[in-house]
Amino acid sequence: MTVLEFMLILGAALFCLGLYGVLARRNAVLVLMSIELMLNAVNVHLIAFARYVVGTEAIAHVLIIFVITIAAAEVGLALAIVLRMFRNWETVNLDRISTLQQ
Amino acid sequence: MIETAILGAIGIITVAAAVGVVATRSVVYAAVFLLISLVGVAALFLMMLAEFIALAQVLIYGGAITIVLLFAIMLTRAPEQTNVKDNAQRPLAAMACVGLFALLVAAALATPWRTREPGTDPMAEFTALSELLFSDFLIPFEIASLVLLVALVGAVVLTRSGREGA
Repeated sequence: MTVLEFMLILGAALFCLGLYGVLARRNAVLVLMSIELMLNAVNVHLIAFARYVVGTEAIAHVLIIFVITIAAAEVGLALAIVLRMFRNWETVNLDRISTLQQ
Repeated sequence: MIETAILGAIGIITVAAAVGVVATRSVVYAAVFLLISLVGVAALFLMMLAEFIALAQVLIYGGAITIVLLFAIMLTRAPEQTNVKDNAQRPLAAMACVGLFALLVAAALATPWRTREPGTDPMAEFTALSELLFSDFLIPFEIASLVLLVALVGAVVLTRSGREGA
């Protein structure tokens, strides 16, 4: 197994764990954490491509910078929504929040 | 040889911590596992000679995002939350994820990658990154700053108690 393949399998494992978290978790904050895992899996793939695959060198690095930036914005907004949700329903259990208003 | 061993160790720690994130019952433990996993990914970036990205990863993910997540956990402490069980679609989700993983591994191993000899000079990659970021990707770069500003304002507006008493 080459280093590229090792990194790709590692990224795939991280992505699938994140996907499982998104699908199976009930707590909104835990779902957010799983989304962070998935974003990181993509970054792992990108860095592996940047180092070992022809034609992706610096562009992959730029993409990683953008992914990290968007992740920061996303987490800030999503947690604001979670706090609002908690204030309105007094729960962060996603299964119990099924309406758009109280 | 030693590089391969270090890479393998980092990979095992990262994936084990990720398993912890999705398997643990306690939300705070999940946050700590997530921190370990994120720092593991930063170490992977270091092994790939991407120092700047590793630094950004530690600062933004390891610092900012984990702290914000911990704040959210503290502020949404409901009695039920310490022991929230996963929902009923758990076996289905596990099956879907194992299937996707098998597919991705098969794809990664089957694809004939056009590989190149990895560079050994980290400064060269960093220079190329900064040149691209401030030439071809200048407009996306500026838009990213705008996105951050809008997210900041949006977060403030969302969490503020409005006239209607929230």
